[in-house]
Amino acid sequence: MGWFKRKKENISPDSKKTDIPDGQWSKCEDCGEIIHNKQLEFNTWVCPKCSYHFRIGSEQYISIIFDKSSFKEYDKKMRSGDPLEFTDTKKYTDRVTATIKKSGLNDAVKTGVGKIEGKKAAFACMDFGFIGGSMGSVVGEKIARIIDVAYEEKIAMIIISQSGGARMMEGAFSLMQMGKTSARLARLADAKLPFISVLTDPTTGGVTASFAMLGDVIIAEPKALIGFAGPRVIKQTIGRDLPEGFQRSEFLLENGFLDFIVSRKQLKEKLSLMISYLTN
Amino acid sequence: MAKNVLDFEKPIIELENKIEEMRKYEGHLDISDEIKTLEEKVLQLKKNIYDNLTRWQRVQLARHPERPYTLDYIYMITENFVELHGDRLFKDDHAIVGGFASLDEYKVMIIGHQKGRDTKSNLFRNFGMPNPEGYRKALRLMKLAEKFGKPVIAMLDTPGAYPGLEAEQRGQAEAIARNLLEMSRLRVPIIITIIGEGASGGALGIGIGDRILMLQNTWYSVISPESCSSILWRSWDYKEQAAESLKLTAEDLLEQKIIDRIIPEPLGGAHKDHQVMANRLKAVLKEELAALIKVKPDKLVQNRLEKFGKMGVFQE
Repeated sequence: MGWFKRKKENISPDSKKTDIPDGQWSKCEDCGEIIHNKQLEFNTWVCPKCSYHFRIGSEQYISIIFDKSSFKEYDKKMRSGDPLEFTDTKKYTDRVTATIKKSGLNDAVKTGVGKIEGKKAAFACMDFGFIGGSMGSVVGEKIARIIDVAYEEKIAMIIISQSGGARMMEGAFSLMQMGKTSARLARLADAKLPFISVLTDPTTGGVTASFAMLGDVIIAEPKALIGFAGPRVIKQTIGRDLPEGFQRSEFLLENGFLDFIVSRKQLKEKLSLMISYLTN
Repeated sequence: MAKNVLDFEKPIIELENKIEEMRKYEGHLDISDEIKTLEEKVLQLKKNIYDNLTRWQRVQLARHPERPYTLDYIYMITENFVELHGDRLFKDDHAIVGGFASLDEYKVMIIGHQKGRDTKSNLFRNFGMPNPEGYRKALRLMKLAEKFGKPVIAMLDTPGAYPGLEAEQRGQAEAIARNLLEMSRLRVPIIITIIGEGASGGALGIGIGDRILMLQNTWYSVISPESCSSILWRSWDYKEQAAESLKLTAEDLLEQKIIDRIIPEPLGGAHKDHQVMANRLKAVLKEELAALIKVKPDKLVQNRLEKFGKMGVFQE
């Protein structure tokens, strides 16, 4: 019966589907759809099939939100020190150097000023790709300074958060950045200048427990993980499974901690509208 | 006494027990010289041990179950304390206590984390781990103090804000964040003292102030050594190393210019003599209050902004 013997391997539905050329196509983590990168970018890195929001960095958010070439970056060169000479399984300085090389970023936040539909705004956007978007002295200082710019130029402040929390390797210095940024926001609020906080996946720990939760308006992308303690820690503490959707944007909206959820495709338009409401 | 002995305290306790034993025979035998020699030896040993504590050992002292807690200090250093309860929104959190009190001539608002001493009281106090309503109660009391021009004294001693399901649901992060913002612009003096454990956002949530003091054997950092070990080393076994790396003792924080002052503890730790510790704390608080109440509110708020503004190390 050798006549009918199949010489090639069988084609099965799950074989080699993930084998896609690097840099050309992306696979949706939620529905598995394969999308061309150009199409993804055109669609603000949102899956056209299931609306899953791909995690993107500051560079992409700037391109989505700001009017073309209107954004000017501040404190671009600021880099982390090593106040504690911290070492765990590797040296903190080595970790930072390696991350700078890998990510092309100097730390976990980009700050600057640009125009959104013609309206000037001060802006900070975190990068999860840089040591989990953790907040150390650089993140705290850059955010504090850009809030000062908003204060002095009397313009709106927008922060996009994306962070695992405070950066352990800077010990108490990291913790104090929560105080530093919140104090600056207090002054901004006293001057009746608006602060819009945008939460993306994930926003947890010291970032949530400081500036991220202090917006006049707080909005989030769909299904973003937002909380103080991480789900694993909570699960350990209470010793049972967490309910479906716990600590996701929709859960926070339901519990009264978000003003609304915004799809990334409408982010620019919504920010622009909010700025117009929050200025005299 | 011997029920809560830390490992490094053992040689001291052994010698002390020996002296105790010898005292029983003092009436019958002439051994007073020997006792004296031993007593000197104990003192020397104590100095040796307590002057050379590792950071992890300090963490252990900061958690010593016989240390004075917020309410102990309140009862030792103030009069006419009136505890005020509840956040007016949800409930009364027992992990944070607060109320008006008289510190000699000063009428103040005292707020602090409160731990329990035994299983029952620890369950009642939730091991000093506040829920959002604790932070919201603290804020309500601080605003009350501001309204009536009373300085705020806050005592920090918590293993962290409670990482529970309901705590998240009621906005633990929002409650802490709100406090940071409101405390930074509160128009009355605020003195912060770390009296035990200063664990992360749970401590900082009542920790923004004009003067930040630490008792000698306390710690203050962004994470506990145990959690740091589990995240960075992926094991619970590196807590000693994590404590060293985090540089979290009072001396470390003074050097980092994050705190203003260290209050020395009695030899062996605050738990060895509650009253002596309380007296020292009281004297320092009065000294700091005397200076702060002269500062005008605008200046106070401006100074506070600048104080926290200076914290951080980076390169440009």
